[in-house]
Amino acid sequence: MKKVKADPKGVLTGAHYLDGDFAIAEGALAAGCRFFAGYPITPSTETAERFAERIPYVGGMFIQMEDEIASITALIGAAWGGKKAMTVTSGPGFSLMMENIGLACMMEAPLVIANVQRGGPSTGLPTLVGQGDMMQVRWGSHGDYQIIALSPDSPQECFDLTIQAFNLSEIYRVPVFIMTDECVGHMHEKVVIPPAEKIEIVERKWYEGPKDKYLPYKPDKDLVPFMVKAGDGYRFHTTGLTHDERGYPVINAECQDWNVRHLSDKITHNADKIIKYEEDQTENADVVVVSYGITSRVAYRAVQLARKAGLKIGTLRLVTVWPFPEKRIQELAKKVKAFVVPELNLGQMAKEVERSSAGQAPVLPVTHCGGWVHNPEDIFIAIKEAAK
Amino acid sequence: MTKSKEQLEAENPIEHYLRMDRIPHIWCSGCGIGVVVTSFADALRKSNIDMDKLAVVSGIGCTGRVAGYVKLDSFHSTHGRAIPFATGLKLANPEMKVVVFSGDGDIFGIGGNHFIHAARRNMDILVICVNNFNYAMTGGQVAATSPIDANLSTAPYGNFEYPFSLPYLADACGATYVARWTVLHLRQVTMSIQEALGKRGFSLIEVIAPCVTLYARRNRLGDGLNLLKYYHDNSEVRHGADTRTLDISYQGKLAVGKFIDREKPTFLECMNNHMIKVLGDKYVPYGVKP
Amino acid sequence: MTIPFGNLKPKKGKIHINKNRCKGCGFCVEYCPRDVLELSEEFNVKGYHSPSVKDEGNCCYCQLCEAICPEFSIFVTLKEEEEEGEKSESRP
Repeated sequence: MKKVKADPKGVLTGAHYLDGDFAIAEGALAAGCRFFAGYPITPSTETAERFAERIPYVGGMFIQMEDEIASITALIGAAWGGKKAMTVTSGPGFSLMMENIGLACMMEAPLVIANVQRGGPSTGLPTLVGQGDMMQVRWGSHGDYQIIALSPDSPQECFDLTIQAFNLSEIYRVPVFIMTDECVGHMHEKVVIPPAEKIEIVERKWYEGPKDKYLPYKPDKDLVPFMVKAGDGYRFHTTGLTHDERGYPVINAECQDWNVRHLSDKITHNADKIIKYEEDQTENADVVVVSYGITSRVAYRAVQLARKAGLKIGTLRLVTVWPFPEKRIQELAKKVKAFVVPELNLGQMAKEVERSSAGQAPVLPVTHCGGWVHNPEDIFIAIKEAAK
Repeated sequence: MTKSKEQLEAENPIEHYLRMDRIPHIWCSGCGIGVVVTSFADALRKSNIDMDKLAVVSGIGCTGRVAGYVKLDSFHSTHGRAIPFATGLKLANPEMKVVVFSGDGDIFGIGGNHFIHAARRNMDILVICVNNFNYAMTGGQVAATSPIDANLSTAPYGNFEYPFSLPYLADACGATYVARWTVLHLRQVTMSIQEALGKRGFSLIEVIAPCVTLYARRNRLGDGLNLLKYYHDNSEVRHGADTRTLDISYQGKLAVGKFIDREKPTFLECMNNHMIKVLGDKYVPYGVKP
Repeated sequence: MTIPFGNLKPKKGKIHINKNRCKGCGFCVEYCPRDVLELSEEFNVKGYHSPSVKDEGNCCYCQLCEAICPEFSIFVTLKEEEEEGEKSESRP
């Protein structure tokens, strides 16, 4: 992969007062995204609007497609046209995109999708926060595949993680999801955008060998195949059908095994390089609070209360939600009394924590169906319960 | 796969346009799709187009397999989504010529919404729709183009739904080039493809093709030759006809020809012209040739 | 068959058939304007009757069989005639 400097035309250097949605758009522009195809859906529309306003001055393409299915499909086409491409959506649109998220994984097309989560299911609470799509982002499409998902907790992180999302998608040729939520999306905070030369951007691995020897899906040493773009004379073929290294469909069990395991190994074998989390005082903790997104900020208040009450509490904030940091949870599970997992859902990542701790430490989910953030008191009560 | 490799004295010129490592193809004996591909290859040859700058996007279905057989940058996307895929590809790389090659069920059934919006926007792509009046790959189910009274596997007592008239639909949505032929109109299909490739804007070429194994078998219409005879006896060339008069009834008359050929700024032209008007020098033009 | 029209002579084609790729649809046989082809009695490897040339001398190089074949398995090349002395004006 090639590391390049950000294109200054897209970087709005300076200190700004932005909401999370806008910060995502700025992060995309800074990362070199020059193609956006989206569909309006509350609470994500502001990202599309910001991109539409900015792109004529930067140079690129914004198109509002007829629905979310068209949006995600256009992104895949744009990725093969050589562009860094992005869309934003929320729950109902996310569900519509699922089939072609599978296509993006199968075709190994780099792209970024931001889901500004809202209360669900179905139309749910269009204008209010939720975190109910965390399992869907991992398992939403049919079949076995792996994706990467990040969870920002502030508009600043929306900016930073969007750049990271593009970099990860380029390195691993996989759709990367920014799982934010309506609270972070609509929250205005200070966002500092550094000068372009301080921003590290990654380009996909372009193939540079002889045209007649190009194999679109031959994995390199890091398990990621080299990519080309349409129009450069490689005359490649790519399909959503199970395919071999040539990109040609091969419909049998052997090829399926090769193909599907490749898609999975590409991420799982590189998981250590991808996974990021923030830990605080977990070394001698009795209880570790595992949280992400807006809930991590609310949980911080609860943790403060608990520490003031003399309890030994550690925090683990998930920055990468998928791949899930199983190894770290496994290690911590041996040492702590329990995990507390507050989420704005009925317990989704809590299940992952439970699975990873393999029975060595109980997991107390603090559920909340969304619409508002937790009351820190509720998390504090759960922490006290866990510390017993 | 045939075991014996035949050594012919010369190479079939069409092999230049095909992925020969995947031939013979999967289409049935008497299927019209192979003929459309041959007409397409002939159009590429005659128009001297830069094959490196041409991409083919297909959906799912029998015609959707075309992408896998042509030796171009080709994409086999999901059912009904070839047109938005082509949109993304074209807008990301405007110097490419993008052809959507897919079937009637794929483009006008599940893909209907995408068709009308791409046509509305006058996206610069060519859509070649092979119309065999059913969903063939999955066993001959009723489609949005199936004529009334035709027998299909999900209309086992005969179809009673009104079908689309594809040229009428394309015209209503604003397409700038609309033609319909049958596979038997070999040279005209090639000519239409050449014309459309030389034009900017949204083009639709509908090619009516025999489906021997499903549509013809279920309706006892015979084999490929019988269907070609039907096309021969019943097609009328009506260039410039009113697109409201082009309905196809079951085994009825087939109005063919070039119905629409007009000029209209494409999506990218509209975008750039508009932005220059509104933003002046500050606008960074996109996809325009210097 | 010669048409006396100055030095112009009708083109003649040499027909190449890939017997084993053929699926026996019969389009080429039916639509050849000069009735040059017929379906062979033999089966090919797939069990189809492929076309065989009945009368190549009649082929006028219209290439309709090549254009109508759905299997890319028949094509026609121009048969260059050996002539002594005379040059045909139809070939530059």
